Amino acid sequence: MEAVLSKNNYKQTLSRFQSLIALFILCVVISLLSDKFLTATNIWNVMRQISVNICLSVGMTLVVLTAGIDLSVGSVLALCGTITAGLLKNGIEIPSSNLFIGFTIVGATVAGLLAGSLLGWFNGWAITKFKVPPFVATLAMLTIARGLTMLWTKGFPISNLGETFAWPGTGWFLGIPLPVWISGIIVFIATIITNKTKLGRYIYAIGGNENAATLSGINIKKIKITVYAIAGLLAAVGGILVTSRLDAAQPNAGTGYELDSIAAVVIGGTSLSGGRGSVLGTVLGAIIIGVLNNGLVLLNVSPFWQQVVKGLVILVAVMIDKANAKNE
Amino acid sequence: MLVAENITKRFSGITALENVCLELHSGKVNAIIGENGAGKSTLMKILSGVYAEYEGRIIYKGQPIRFQNTRQAQAAGIAIIHQELNLIPYLSITENIFLGREITNALGLLDKKQMLEQTSEILKRLQLNVAPDTKIASLKVGQQQVVEIAKALLFDAEVIIMDEPTSAISESEVDVLFSLIAQVKKENKTIAYISHKLDELFRIADRFIVLRDGKTIESGDMPGMTHDSIIQKMVGREIKIVRKATVTKNVNPLFSVKNLSLKHPSRKNDLLLKNISFSLSKGEILGIFGLMGAGRSELMETIFGLHSKHATGNINIDGKGIHISSPIDAIDAGLALVPEDRKKDGLVPGLDVRTNICLTTLSDLQTMGFLNAQKETSLARKYTLDLRIKTSSDKQLAKYLSGGNQQKVVLAKWLATKPKILMLDEPTRGIDISAKNEIYKLILQLANDGLGIIVVSSELPEILAVCDRILVMAEGSLTAEFTATEAMEDNILKAAIPKTI
Repeated sequence: MEAVLSKNNYKQTLSRFQSLIALFILCVVISLLSDKFLTATNIWNVMRQISVNICLSVGMTLVVLTAGIDLSVGSVLALCGTITAGLLKNGIEIPSSNLFIGFTIVGATVAGLLAGSLLGWFNGWAITKFKVPPFVATLAMLTIARGLTMLWTKGFPISNLGETFAWPGTGWFLGIPLPVWISGIIVFIATIITNKTKLGRYIYAIGGNENAATLSGINIKKIKITVYAIAGLLAAVGGILVTSRLDAAQPNAGTGYELDSIAAVVIGGTSLSGGRGSVLGTVLGAIIIGVLNNGLVLLNVSPFWQQVVKGLVILVAVMIDKANAKNE
Repeated sequence: MLVAENITKRFSGITALENVCLELHSGKVNAIIGENGAGKSTLMKILSGVYAEYEGRIIYKGQPIRFQNTRQAQAAGIAIIHQELNLIPYLSITENIFLGREITNALGLLDKKQMLEQTSEILKRLQLNVAPDTKIASLKVGQQQVVEIAKALLFDAEVIIMDEPTSAISESEVDVLFSLIAQVKKENKTIAYISHKLDELFRIADRFIVLRDGKTIESGDMPGMTHDSIIQKMVGREIKIVRKATVTKNVNPLFSVKNLSLKHPSRKNDLLLKNISFSLSKGEILGIFGLMGAGRSELMETIFGLHSKHATGNINIDGKGIHISSPIDAIDAGLALVPEDRKKDGLVPGLDVRTNICLTTLSDLQTMGFLNAQKETSLARKYTLDLRIKTSSDKQLAKYLSGGNQQKVVLAKWLATKPKILMLDEPTRGIDISAKNEIYKLILQLANDGLGIIVVSSELPEILAVCDRILVMAEGSLTAEFTATEAMEDNILKAAIPKTI
């Protein structure tokens, strides 16, 4: 038995290293082909871009660990970004009563974050209360949130939000870009949650065997709603970061981001059937995708080919993961 | 008919089988006997083509063969009925039986009529009174097992390997199965029969092969062997069947159920449980016996709050009325349920032993809102030692443990909640004799410690061996009650057989 265990551990470590080795090779190849890759500007730029995907992917990891999925994160990102930007710039005007409510940066940001949590909560509510499959519930939310974004912005970007608001997206702290700090803190908290709290343990148990979890007295509905609300909240964080960095909230921001975040989760070794995986794996997955995106742009690969390459990388990553699992 | 010579199979460094030799005689029932982990299932998986890599050779009908996959083995006429059911829940019985070998008409379309006819014929032979287009998901475990058997019989296989075929079916179905086996035997087919139930083997087996720790211990003819001699070969030592010690009865009931009824979730006029009332004292072991479909598991699940929307009735604990609308309420009230199907409802197979044991009591294992690894480890260690769970470490994934040890992990998880009432649904299904004995000992010890224990079982010897009092269920009602001294196999069975048949 002990032989099996140590062998498994060895294999697990190896498969974890495989992703790291892949990332390393990727970096070496890109830096050989392009001298722009290993410059400070480029590296910080890549990391800033990855930060947004990490926000989404961490939430996605929690959802996928419960054997669910959240397709709405991209749209929720856009809606929350535009809500924050709109409130900050225009406030709320109620013409009938001649009332105007202005928002500070903090107020607008909190409103955006609340909106994200609420949308996520709604996803979780539909999934647990009415047994709507997560794929369907969040697909509906993908459309709903995108539509609400268009209604709120009337289809135009909201820009010129001021220097202070641009700070979280563009600023630096101790020589590191702020978005990297923010996503780092999110990863830290999520790692603590998954490894060190009841909530985290229950997430793994629900994904691993929902029947057994129910019989063990776990409140499945509460946990699932919490997880979807967290995913919504983190999508809102991503939305505010994007808005802050660009100094503009684009109504079509975040289109297709759900796919990049699912890809990060999957490349990071989290099983789509739930119960197996980790936040740190997802971070590695997000970095691989970010570096790959950046490298393909630097190497002047056509955008059409970029998509093909990205798809192949996802496929190969999961193939390797499955082959590893089979050998166990 | 089929001879396996010097089969050795290793899994990542562990030797599962070492130089195993096996002869299956045609027209005979060949019993493969051994404790869990002895290598029976591995050997059968090699014979049926699941594992293609092994050392040694297999001679089938005089020819050396080596199956690369199960399809080759099937084509050669070797069918296996796995212990774990291999059915697709949302397909019908017919679709499952004909999966991969559908009958088509001249146009290449499915000939549904033909398939339905053949299915209903075989179901009739097996005395399963269910329409052939019923979805597997709506069948009980026992009925699904019958479908598995039907599937293998329709193969016209030469060699039929049965891995614990009776572990989930009732006595009456066992009789049907055994008469079928006798019939198949007359057609000169070879049957390899794996079972833990020695009584069964004495009823039907002609030959035996005992495996222990991956080695062949002995083989020979079944007649002339005794229970004790076989058990001795299996475990390499003699063990005693646990006998119940007398328990002093407590006058005040610890737990009582009054007029508990359960409606069918979709057919509102059907009652799955009808006005069930009983009580349980501290330190008492109450057995509930019933055939398949009697409502045993439903009774446990209803008490545990899983069907609260469709259930009516009163539950009292320590004289106080208690409303249970979910497992959370049930656990708070001091109830614990070790479910019938440990893989489906009991364990989280992909999590480690420690996490599984701690799952019900995480609230007590925190400091300042964070889980305390030290507390978790010490809880897991306590139960690993107390229940003698055999695992390389508490970080071992639960799915790698043997059935008996998995069951102990589920038990540990529930004992950790310090329950007043422990409900055990088929506590020893599919686990080997020595693990069974350990579990029986544990049940007695827990009762002596003052727990009220309910043991639900479809195995009469089990009920008779451990229980102080026995309730019998048939068709959702309680039909009889016996004390341990009154209880005899025949009067229990009589009460368990539905009157409408």
